[in-house]
Amino acid sequence: MLKSSKGVMLILILVLSLTVFVGCGQRSDKQVVSEDSTSQIKSGGNVVVVVPQDPDYLDPHLAAAAGTQEMMFNVFEGLVKPDNQGHIHPAVASDYTVSEDGLVYTFTLRKGIKFHNGNLVTVDDVKYSLERLMGVETGEPLAASFTVIDNIETPDQQTVVITLKEFDASFLANLTVAILPEDNADHNLNPIGTGPFKFIEYVPEQRVVIEKFADYWKEGVPYVDKVEFRIIPDNEAALLSFKSGAIDIYPRIANERLEELGSEFHYVQGMQNMVQLMTMNIAHKPFDDIRVRRAINYAIDVDEIIEAVAFGLGTKLGSNMSPVMPQYYQEGLESTYNLNIERAKELLTEAGYEDGFKTVISVPANYQFHVDTAQVIASQLQKVGIDVDIELVEWGVWLDRIYRGRDYEMTIIGFTGKLDPHKILGRFTSDYDANFLNYNNSEYDELIKQATKTVDLEQRAELYRRAQQILTEDAAAVYIMDPNFAVAMKQNIQGYIIYPLDVLDMSTIYFTE
Amino acid sequence: MYFVLRRGLTLGVTLILISFLTFLVFQIIPGDPVLTILGMDAEKGQILALQEKLGLDKPLFQRFISWMGGVFSGNLGESLRFSRPVLDLMMSRLPVTISLALISLGVTIIIAIPLGILAAKVRGQWLDYLISLLTQLGMAIPSFWLGIILMFIFGVIFRWFTPGSYVPWSEDFWGAFKGLFLPALAMAIPKIAVLVRYLRAAVLEQLKLEYVRTAYGKGLGQNVVVNKHVLKNALIPVVTVLGMIVADVLGGSLIIEQVFALPGMGRLLVSSISYRDFPLVQGMILYIAIIVTCINFIVDIMYGLLDPRIRLE
Repeated sequence: MLKSSKGVMLILILVLSLTVFVGCGQRSDKQVVSEDSTSQIKSGGNVVVVVPQDPDYLDPHLAAAAGTQEMMFNVFEGLVKPDNQGHIHPAVASDYTVSEDGLVYTFTLRKGIKFHNGNLVTVDDVKYSLERLMGVETGEPLAASFTVIDNIETPDQQTVVITLKEFDASFLANLTVAILPEDNADHNLNPIGTGPFKFIEYVPEQRVVIEKFADYWKEGVPYVDKVEFRIIPDNEAALLSFKSGAIDIYPRIANERLEELGSEFHYVQGMQNMVQLMTMNIAHKPFDDIRVRRAINYAIDVDEIIEAVAFGLGTKLGSNMSPVMPQYYQEGLESTYNLNIERAKELLTEAGYEDGFKTVISVPANYQFHVDTAQVIASQLQKVGIDVDIELVEWGVWLDRIYRGRDYEMTIIGFTGKLDPHKILGRFTSDYDANFLNYNNSEYDELIKQATKTVDLEQRAELYRRAQQILTEDAAAVYIMDPNFAVAMKQNIQGYIIYPLDVLDMSTIYFTE
Repeated sequence: MYFVLRRGLTLGVTLILISFLTFLVFQIIPGDPVLTILGMDAEKGQILALQEKLGLDKPLFQRFISWMGGVFSGNLGESLRFSRPVLDLMMSRLPVTISLALISLGVTIIIAIPLGILAAKVRGQWLDYLISLLTQLGMAIPSFWLGIILMFIFGVIFRWFTPGSYVPWSEDFWGAFKGLFLPALAMAIPKIAVLVRYLRAAVLEQLKLEYVRTAYGKGLGQNVVVNKHVLKNALIPVVTVLGMIVADVLGGSLIIEQVFALPGMGRLLVSSISYRDFPLVQGMILYIAIIVTCINFIVDIMYGLLDPRIRLE
C-alpha cells in the first residue's frame, strides 16, 4: 500500500516536472526576439502605440516632459540627430565642421529639405529657431544651454555659422533641438517640423496622431502610413487592451508581464540608459555621515533587487552612469559595495548607530517599479537594524516636496537617459538647482566644470570617469540598476529599434506579410 | 414656487461654498501644477515662465475673485495643462459620461426592479437566499476589479468587445456601444445589488401593512397586490437610492473610466487633480455639485407624485 502510493507520487512528480519543462520550452519559444531580416517588408499600414501620459507641450521648445519627447522625436529634428547608439548624425544639416578651438560651428543645410507644410527649410528658419531658444526677442532664454551662443550668421542660403562665447563640450548634443518654420503662427497648436512623420491631431487624454511625411529627406522611411499614440494611464487597462488586439505596440511593458504574452506577440528589449538609484538626503541626519551612507550601500543587495523587482532584466550599476554609454562609463564600480552585512554593522557602530535607526523612504506611488524596490530595500536594511517606513507619495507631491523642495529622508527614482554626460553627472554638482541629494563635493564640482571646458574628447571622458569614481567613493547614493526597456508588439510588426534615450522611433518599424 | 426659489438660493450658496473650499484645499495640499506639467527635466527658466503665464504668481484671494467673476459671466477659465477652455474640455467629455450613465442606469433598472420584487415574493425560499448571496457579492466586489475581470473575459478571451478603444457614437454606433457596454455593466452591477436589497426590504415592509391584507381579502392574487398596490408605495425609498445612483453615474465614474480608458468626466477629474489643474478641477466640482443638487430636487418632486400626501413645503 505504502509502496504503491510512493509510485503514484513518483509519477506525479514526473508528470509535474514534465509540464514545467514543456512550459519553459514554450516560453523560451515566445521570447525569441525575432529580428528576421528575410521576412517581407510591407509598406503602409496603421499602428497604434500605447503611451501612459499626455504631452505637456506640442511646441518642442517648451516641452520638458520625457513622455512628450519620445513621441515628438518622430515629428521634429534638429540640425543633428542621435542614433540608437547615442552617436550624433547630421539631420536638417547635411554636414558640419567645428573649428580647432571648438568655438565656431559651420553647418551646411541639407539640399531640398522640407517642412511638413511643404516649404523648404531656409537658413533663416534655423536662425529663428536657435534665437527663439536663446530668447533674443523676449530676453528670457527658453533653454539656458543656448545662452552660450555669441552670434549666428548666415553667409549664404546654405550655410549657418554659430559662434560660441566659450567652449562648451555639450553644445553639439544640444543642437538635436527642433528646427521650426519661422512663419508658423502657433507652434503649440499646429506643430510643424521636418521629421519622418507630420503631426495630425491631439485629443487630450485620448490620442496623438502622426502621419507619414512623403517628402522626408531620408529615402525609404518611414514604412507605416499612420501612427496613433493612444493615451491610457492605467497599466492594467493598457495591457488588456494590448492583449485584446486593439493596440499594436506596447512600449515600457513591465518585465514581469512579458511572460504572460501569447504567441501572437513578441518583444525587443535593451538597456535604456536609466540610472535607478536610492538617494539619501545628505543634509539630513544621519545621512550626513559618510559611514552611514556606506553602511547602507553595503547592506543593500542590488543583485537581489534586480532579481526580485526586474526579474533579472536589469544591469547592475555602481555609479551614476549606465554602461550603455561606453565612452564615458567607468567599469568595475558596481562591485565596490558588494553585500557585506558585517561591514555595514561595523560602519554603523563607528558612526554611533550600533542599534540602528528609524527612517522613512518616500517613493512616487505611480512608479510601481520604485515602490517594489523600496519594499525589497526596507527588508534588506532591517537586517542591519535600520527600520524603514515606506511612504507612498503622489507624483505631483514628489516633484514639489522631494525633488524641488528637498524635504525627505530617502527616496527612489530613475534618472532618464541623456546623450550628454554633463546632463547625467551634472545633477550632482552643488550648484545644480535640482540637486535634491544635497550632495556637495568641491572636487567633484571642479571636475565637472573642467570637463565642459575640455576640447579633447578622451581627456573629457577621463574626467567624467573620475567623477563617477568620486560619486561611488562618497556613497552619494545607492546606485541600483539600469532596468531593461522592453517593447512588446504584435508578431507581424518588425524593425523596432531601442534607443538609450526617451525615443519611440516609428520610422523603422514595418508590417510583415 | 416658494420651494423652487428656496432651492435655487440654497444651490447658489452651496456652489460658492464648495468652490471656495476646493480652492482652499488645493492651497493646502502639496503639489504644484507647473512642476507636474514640466516634470523632472525642466529648467528654472521654463518653470518661472510657465508660472507667470498661468498667473500662479498672484495671491490666492485675487485668483479666487477673478475666477468667481468669470463663472458668473459663463467663463470657467482655461485649463492649466491643456491650455484650452475648461468648458470646451468638459463638453467634449460629457457625451461619454452621459452615454455610460444611461446604459448603466438602463441595465440597473431593467434587472434590479424585477429581481427585487421577486426576492420579496419568494422570501425565505432558496431563491431568495441565492439572490441575497449574489447581491452581497455584487456589493462586496470592488468595481475596478470587476471591470478588469469583465475586460479579461469578454475582451481578451472572447474578443466580443475591444477594451481601450473608444469611438464616438457619431462615427460608429455599434463600435461605440461595444466600447461602452462593459464599463456600463461594471458600473451597474454594484448598483443593481444595492437596489435589489432596498426594493426587497421596502416591499416586505409594505406587505406587513393593513391595506395589503385588505387587498388579499378582496380576493386579489399575489401578483396584482404586489405590482399594483405595494410597488407604488415601495418605490419611495427606492427613488431616493435611484436618485443617488443617477447623481453618481452622471458625475462620472472615476474608477471605471480610468480602468477602461474612457475619455469621460471621471477620468478628466482624476487627472486634473493629479496635475493640480485648479481651473479644471473647479469646473468639474461645480458640475458635480449642480448635478447632485438638481437630482435631489427632482427626487423631491418625485416623492410628491408617488405619494400626494408628501408636501414639498
